[in-house]
Amino acid sequence: MDEPRRGETTLELVGDRALRITRVFRAPPQVVFDAWTKPEVVARWWAPRSRAEMVESTADVRVGGAYRYVLRAREGHGFAHAGGATFAFSGMYLEVAPHARLAYTHVFEPMAHAGSCTIRVRFEPVGEWTRLISEEEYTSAELRGIVLETGMEHGMRETMDQLDDLVLTLT
Amino acid sequence: MLDTFAALAEPNRLRIVELLRRGPRPVNDIGARLELAQPQVSKHLRVLKQAGLVEVEARAQQRVYALDPRPLMQLARWLERYRALWDERFTQLDDVLEDLARQQKETGHGRTKKR
Repeated sequence: MDEPRRGETTLELVGDRALRITRVFRAPPQVVFDAWTKPEVVARWWAPRSRAEMVESTADVRVGGAYRYVLRAREGHGFAHAGGATFAFSGMYLEVAPHARLAYTHVFEPMAHAGSCTIRVRFEPVGEWTRLISEEEYTSAELRGIVLETGMEHGMRETMDQLDDLVLTLT
Repeated sequence: MLDTFAALAEPNRLRIVELLRRGPRPVNDIGARLELAQPQVSKHLRVLKQAGLVEVEARAQQRVYALDPRPLMQLARWLERYRALWDERFTQLDDVLEDLARQQKETGHGRTKKR
């Protein structure tokens, strides 16, 4: 088999309250599912390293079970200006179909008053690989706007993308 | 920016925006190309104008609508930033998956071991 290209991450707007993220991984669904759910493995990849590190991760992966990820923002690379501070994301599992589907609530605790999001993840086999489709449905259009606008500050260069590259898929 | 999201969430308004990406058009031409009734087109154009997505110009007897790219570019920047966040996570996950695959090979079994 040819060495596969690194997967491309796509992001689409879905209606006025949801987002869809899609990515192909070079591993079968059971491995990707484990990496997505086992807290000791989540700790190795979930914090975007340029901005934060994970300091604690717990997960009780069954319907009604809770998970909580605690991150510490790197100095000078604050998540919402939280440099040096810790902040947590948490939620509860709504559906657990091993190696195939997951659904869980997801709350950014410092902004819990603004609402939450329900994430539905599908792990689809593509040959020996996995296509991961994660749909984030926010409790309001306002909250999705906040997450896109301010919730996830990124220090990346501000490129003015060509309009042709704009993903405007609404389903 | 919520105005932009709300304006684009309506499928016919999105079609109008996509049509105008190819260039400015008079109102009646928009209706004809998208097979929409004139009052409907006018209503959608009003919402798009309020959201700052289109500009209108009177040319001869016609009202010509053109896209204002600025709100769309802002939206594109936000989407790209959020996409980049996930892309960074996923690149890290790629490395973890490679590690897990290597471990499996070494143990000779197809399952990851629980620590």
